[in-house]
Amino acid sequence: MNKKNKIKIKLNGKIVFIPKNTSLKNLANKFKIPLNKVAIEVNMEIIDKKKLNKTIIKSADKIEIVQFIGGG
Amino acid sequence: MDKLKIAKKTFSSRLIVGTGKYSSMSECAKAIKISGAEIVTVAVRRVNISDSKKPLLMDFIDPKKITYLPNTAGCFNSKDALRTLRLAREIGGWKLVKLEVLGDKKSLFPDMIETLKSTEVLTKEGFNVMVYCNDDPLMAKRLENAGAVAIMPLAAPIGSGLGIQNIVNIKIIRDQTKLPLIIDAGIGQASDAAETMELGCDGVLINTAIAKANKPYIMAEAMKFAVIAGRKSYLSGRIKKNLFGNASSPKLGVI
Repeated sequence: MNKKNKIKIKLNGKIVFIPKNTSLKNLANKFKIPLNKVAIEVNMEIIDKKKLNKTIIKSADKIEIVQFIGGG
Repeated sequence: MDKLKIAKKTFSSRLIVGTGKYSSMSECAKAIKISGAEIVTVAVRRVNISDSKKPLLMDFIDPKKITYLPNTAGCFNSKDALRTLRLAREIGGWKLVKLEVLGDKKSLFPDMIETLKSTEVLTKEGFNVMVYCNDDPLMAKRLENAGAVAIMPLAAPIGSGLGIQNIVNIKIIRDQTKLPLIIDAGIGQASDAAETMELGCDGVLINTAIAKANKPYIMAEAMKFAVIAGRKSYLSGRIKKNLFGNASSPKLGVI
């Protein structure tokens, strides 16, 4: 794909290039994220999992995908 | 039956186990099983996006069988703690949470001003907040007034294994509150856990003492029995302490 059709985002603190018009659902699928075991935040705002399909990622978005790990 | 009640939920085990610091997730899961714990604390962290095959905690510990208690470990202000618990709730609808806002990186003592502020906000948002706090009875009262569902004072700094350092304060907190009182942090060995329960605490939360013991499974079992023994000892109504001896065998019929 041509680079001009891509946008730069920050995913879990790392810079990632993704195609324009990618939805959060597409992104989660691309990284094989088990959606029932995570929460997703875009620019500090939690996104309802029912709305992942409709949420289109914009250039410079900061996305955080979190899960539970061991902790005291 | 003698059950632990927290925010209308009942539990048979009074031992809560942390899931951090184990050498593997399978070791953690086995230790929890041996401990008999029905509640485990978990942390919220980023998914590893570069390795989708990495195992998830939920694959080892089924949240349908064991109550997950999301925590805010690593948060040093109210803003981060609130963000973390809102995310935790989004993962699977968790309302019962453990709030922990630290104030000092070396002692890991809680920042009680930030903790109190966070308790107020979270309670208004419908969370059931179990609150990690210092062993200050006045602060414990304020947390109770702010809507905490359980008070969780430290025995000693997190991971220190020092055991209960301030028995008087713990007794005063026990006397003043009807909320579940759970000692969180500082337990080192089984006798510390038993002592906690003998003071009338409702439960104890242990992570490092089990996870970092040379033999975690044996310590998990020791803690399980210590909590049961301590609780029964508390409920039994112990004898008064006497300065002098009091013979156990009758004098009548001595030859």
